[in-house]
Amino acid sequence: MDLILEGIKKAFWLLITFDPEVMGITFLSIKVSGSATLISLIIGISVGAGVALTRFPGRRIVVSLINTGMALPPVVVGLFVTISLWRNGPLGFMGILYTPLAMIVAQTVIATPIVTGITLAAVQQLPAKLRLQILALGATRLQMLWILVKEAKLSLLAAVMAGFGGVISEVGASIMVGGNIKGYSRVLTTATVMETGRGNFDVAIALSIILLLLAYLINLALTQVQQRERRR
Amino acid sequence: MNGSPSPVFEARNLQVIRGGSLILNVPSLVVSEGEILVLIGPNGAGKSTLLQALSALVKPSRGEILFRGQRIGTDIPVLQYRRRLAMVLQEPLLFDTTVYHNVASGLKIRGMKRDEIEPIVGKALERFGIAHLRDRSARTLSGGEARRASIARAFATHPEILLLDEPFSALDPIMRETLIEDLEQVLRETQITTIFVTHDRMEALRLATRLGVMNAGEILQAGSSDEVMNHPVSEFVASLVGVETILKGKVVRRNKGTFIASVSGQEIEAIGDVGLGEQVSLCIRPENVTLSHIASGSPSSVPNTFPGTVEKITPIGHYRKVQLNCGFTLVAYVTNPSFSDLSLKEGAKVLSSFKTSAVHVIRAATRDGRTDKA
Repeated sequence: MDLILEGIKKAFWLLITFDPEVMGITFLSIKVSGSATLISLIIGISVGAGVALTRFPGRRIVVSLINTGMALPPVVVGLFVTISLWRNGPLGFMGILYTPLAMIVAQTVIATPIVTGITLAAVQQLPAKLRLQILALGATRLQMLWILVKEAKLSLLAAVMAGFGGVISEVGASIMVGGNIKGYSRVLTTATVMETGRGNFDVAIALSIILLLLAYLINLALTQVQQRERRR
Repeated sequence: MNGSPSPVFEARNLQVIRGGSLILNVPSLVVSEGEILVLIGPNGAGKSTLLQALSALVKPSRGEILFRGQRIGTDIPVLQYRRRLAMVLQEPLLFDTTVYHNVASGLKIRGMKRDEIEPIVGKALERFGIAHLRDRSARTLSGGEARRASIARAFATHPEILLLDEPFSALDPIMRETLIEDLEQVLRETQITTIFVTHDRMEALRLATRLGVMNAGEILQAGSSDEVMNHPVSEFVASLVGVETILKGKVVRRNKGTFIASVSGQEIEAIGDVGLGEQVSLCIRPENVTLSHIASGSPSSVPNTFPGTVEKITPIGHYRKVQLNCGFTLVAYVTNPSFSDLSLKEGAKVLSSFKTSAVHVIRAATRDGRTDKA
């Protein structure tokens, strides 16, 4: 019990003194997971809406692959991204393994199916005749897509929350492709794993509190937006 | 030049095939400038598919549609064409935003500037009596308000053609009535060429300058309301336009311009040039049947006068639908005051009569026929 209390005390000290190392790790986590979420939104919303609105042979297989992708284990993603970015791998020429960029790539791979799957379900749930109505109003296909995405915005906020939540909390892929290099590719989750391993529970608790706080604040903000929209 | 209005739409050999089935087959359809063509028909008749094909939302499997003489998709790009029409579907399908932004949506799609949109939307909101709902979320509107917003959205784009797909369905009668009144007035003022699809015969009669009857993907008959209502080309059309009595008979005598057909042992006189022994269907509208006390008339002296027994009475608003057994089944509509005067009740004996000219004749050879030109 003392261990926990001591850990919490130390954690608050690190937080209120804006410990440079902890702050650096926090900002890198936001940068990496934020970028990955943003990229996954661009890809996921386009692909999700596209698949929702088109009929093509093998569509069911594609939809089930997207749904399977929503549960991609981060370590599996980490493994394949590592192999791809390995010096002799197909993308080895990029030379980005063990960099924050590699972490963004891995986290994008994790978040994209989540955003795609939720977008797909959200757009499919819209009334089928809404598309006809939008086209009858004189919209181009791109305008129609944009209007439909706007109509599904409440569900898409859920996609943002799920996508960001998925990547900010993952550790397997980040540790594999980022290497957990101090001051360079160390993020909240990888640092927590490392500090726990070293027995530095106080630092690990501080990092965990920040991680929880971060996830909570971002979801709180998005929930506020979502609920305000719902009330309107 | 015959001075007739120029066609806005012209569909030629229009066919839509879905899942191997022919769901729309319209050899010819011409809609003239300023015309309000109302299409009635049962569910699955192909009315909505026709509207969607005409608005280029469904690609026809065969045939072509001309808009002001230009082939849609070749002479005139589909998008450009769609921006000259407006369509209101069965559900209001409003966007998740305010009423103002909903009504403005078609104009925004056309890339109009905010200051250009403002007065147009303001006018459309006024015209349909929803100016006070301007800043309300579309989600909070009642059914009637939502329909008004969706019709205002269509009118805001100043369309050359208006396509309405049962926009008043699922509304209560009072809301429906006021909305029809407003639409009637706006259509009269604007003279927009309109195609209106409905289930409701009364709605159709109020708005139509031309009436069409559809079934199984085909237009069975199109013409003036009077023509379609009183001279249906088939038994199906007759039943759809409110003919309650359709009797099958055989021509037993011919006079000058009239004939006598035998129906269940009774003789009915009708106008028409038909052959002796020919099988005919005799259509009698219920509002053309008069009922009187059995003692007040002589059944033998006046043609088409039959004593009968009241079998069933059904109230229908201001009227009672009275089903009689006169040796054949005859249906009459009786106003509520007449109903009281005649002291009608089930089992009562009454005298029914209808004019020779009130009998519309469908010859067996054309019973399932349809008008070629719509």
